[in-house]
Amino acid sequence: MTKIEAIVRPERLEEVQQELESLGITGMTVTEVRGAGRQAGYVERYRGLEYRVRLLPKVKVEIVVADGLVEQVAQTIINAARTGEVGDGKIFFIQISDAIRIRTGERGEPAL
Amino acid sequence: MRRTLIRSLPIAVVLFFIEGIAFAQDGGISRGDTAWMLASSALVLFMTPGLALFYGGMVRSKNVLTTIMHSFIAMGVISVLWVLVGYSLAFGGDSSLIGNLEWLGFNGVSVFEPNPDYGATIPHQLYAVYQGMFAIITPALITGGFAERKKFSSYLVFLILWSLLVYCPIAHWVWGKGGWLRSLGTTTGGGTVGALDFAGGTVVHISSGITALVAALIIGRRRGYPGEEMRPNNLTMTMLGTGILWFGWFGFNAGSAVAANGVAVNAFVVTNTAAAMAALAWMAAEWTYRGKPTTLGAASGAVAGLVGITPAAGFVNPLGAIAIGIGAGVLCYSAVIMKTKLGYDDSLDTFGVHAVGGTWGALATGLFAVPVLCQAATGVKDHGGGLLAGNPQQFLFQATGVVATIVYAAVVSAILLFIINAVIGLRVKSGEEDAGLDVSLHGEEGYIL
Repeated sequence: MTKIEAIVRPERLEEVQQELESLGITGMTVTEVRGAGRQAGYVERYRGLEYRVRLLPKVKVEIVVADGLVEQVAQTIINAARTGEVGDGKIFFIQISDAIRIRTGERGEPAL
Repeated sequence: MRRTLIRSLPIAVVLFFIEGIAFAQDGGISRGDTAWMLASSALVLFMTPGLALFYGGMVRSKNVLTTIMHSFIAMGVISVLWVLVGYSLAFGGDSSLIGNLEWLGFNGVSVFEPNPDYGATIPHQLYAVYQGMFAIITPALITGGFAERKKFSSYLVFLILWSLLVYCPIAHWVWGKGGWLRSLGTTTGGGTVGALDFAGGTVVHISSGITALVAALIIGRRRGYPGEEMRPNNLTMTMLGTGILWFGWFGFNAGSAVAANGVAVNAFVVTNTAAAMAALAWMAAEWTYRGKPTTLGAASGAVAGLVGITPAAGFVNPLGAIAIGIGAGVLCYSAVIMKTKLGYDDSLDTFGVHAVGGTWGALATGLFAVPVLCQAATGVKDHGGGLLAGNPQQFLFQATGVVATIVYAAVVSAILLFIINAVIGLRVKSGEEDAGLDVSLHGEEGYIL
């Protein structure tokens, strides 16, 4: 099992969700996050004061899938989230040792 | 004996009212004027919660309630203080420097009879309560200078003392019978003339603005200023507050005619025009200088324009209002930019907007005042208007009013603040400041969403 952690533009979330759904993947956890990669941020001005906003709003989508699905899911996210501009985000992969479905007690891949 | 007294007390009270009613006459009271002034009083009161939202949106979310409370509680404290002492101290008697104690508790301030010195066609008590609304918002304006770090208890003490020792005397100089600033000279026709301040450019805006600067300097900067992020928590609230201020200002300025007449209409029109022009001017200046037109800039510009037109509203025409609006927008924008360079922390720019805007408005009144409007508003039949109408003396009167207000308000406020600081302290503890004043002083949070 692998956890796919995709940090994407908030405005691409809907598209990512739809494309994953057409793959049959509906289970996911989404968090609103702020972060910085290569994007420079921007300046906000309030009367005489200036603040550089470096951390920009992103969403983090976490999905745990069977190892055989990882490449396909990653490619789907890339297709849905990519604009080609700086700030499209990143995808991280994390090995998962086990999982439990709390309702039934199933373990491992059947719990996904 | 005691029992008789207690038993006869209700009868005495009833008699008092009956006596009052028996003396009630319609002599000289205009229902139209009275209706307008009742409405104006409510409009001016509404400015203070408007100010609470205007300021409340500009602070950090951990201090939103304490900032709103500064304005809100002024409605409590000053409303009572004004009835008990304030009105009498500002408007009683005919001395040149300060009122007297003849109207303590509004005693003798009739709800039926007019006081011809202040408003010949409305009940005296209506004039008194209308003036009370000005007394409420003025110290509330100051709170922008020390927002996010002021101890609430010492704020209450400051509120009372400042109102009695700074506001009431200046109000008397400018508006009270015999006040020295309103009687600086005479016209050839024998009319008494002096500094023109229609609705409080000196009394309200310069006095509060300069006090905010003094307070900001004495209390010191907020922890982490400048450098730490201190973005406004909710500019939508600030915009709503600005709208309420603009709306209420019609009562502030047009109500200052103390009648529903042409002078009020003039004040209404120039108020709206100057606010609009100043919002545009600030926006244009900011757009040019910094590249983006901000909503906070447009709102600040509108308030600067309203401040600028306040002393002039009864005396200038709509074109004068446009000139005042342009000046207010550009000058106040420059002042708030300067603040960042000078390094003092007048947190919500009370000095930059109210003292600078008020000074500009007071001086501009001396430039643009139109003789016929001055004659209508002051009753002086040969009033010469301002400098541009060929009356340079008026400009000197205006400058006198500005300097006197700045010096008096700054000196007395500084003394008050030093004393309060020595006795109970002005500022919260650093831990309280870091935690936010809402939790540490009031035991509440503004946003539990």
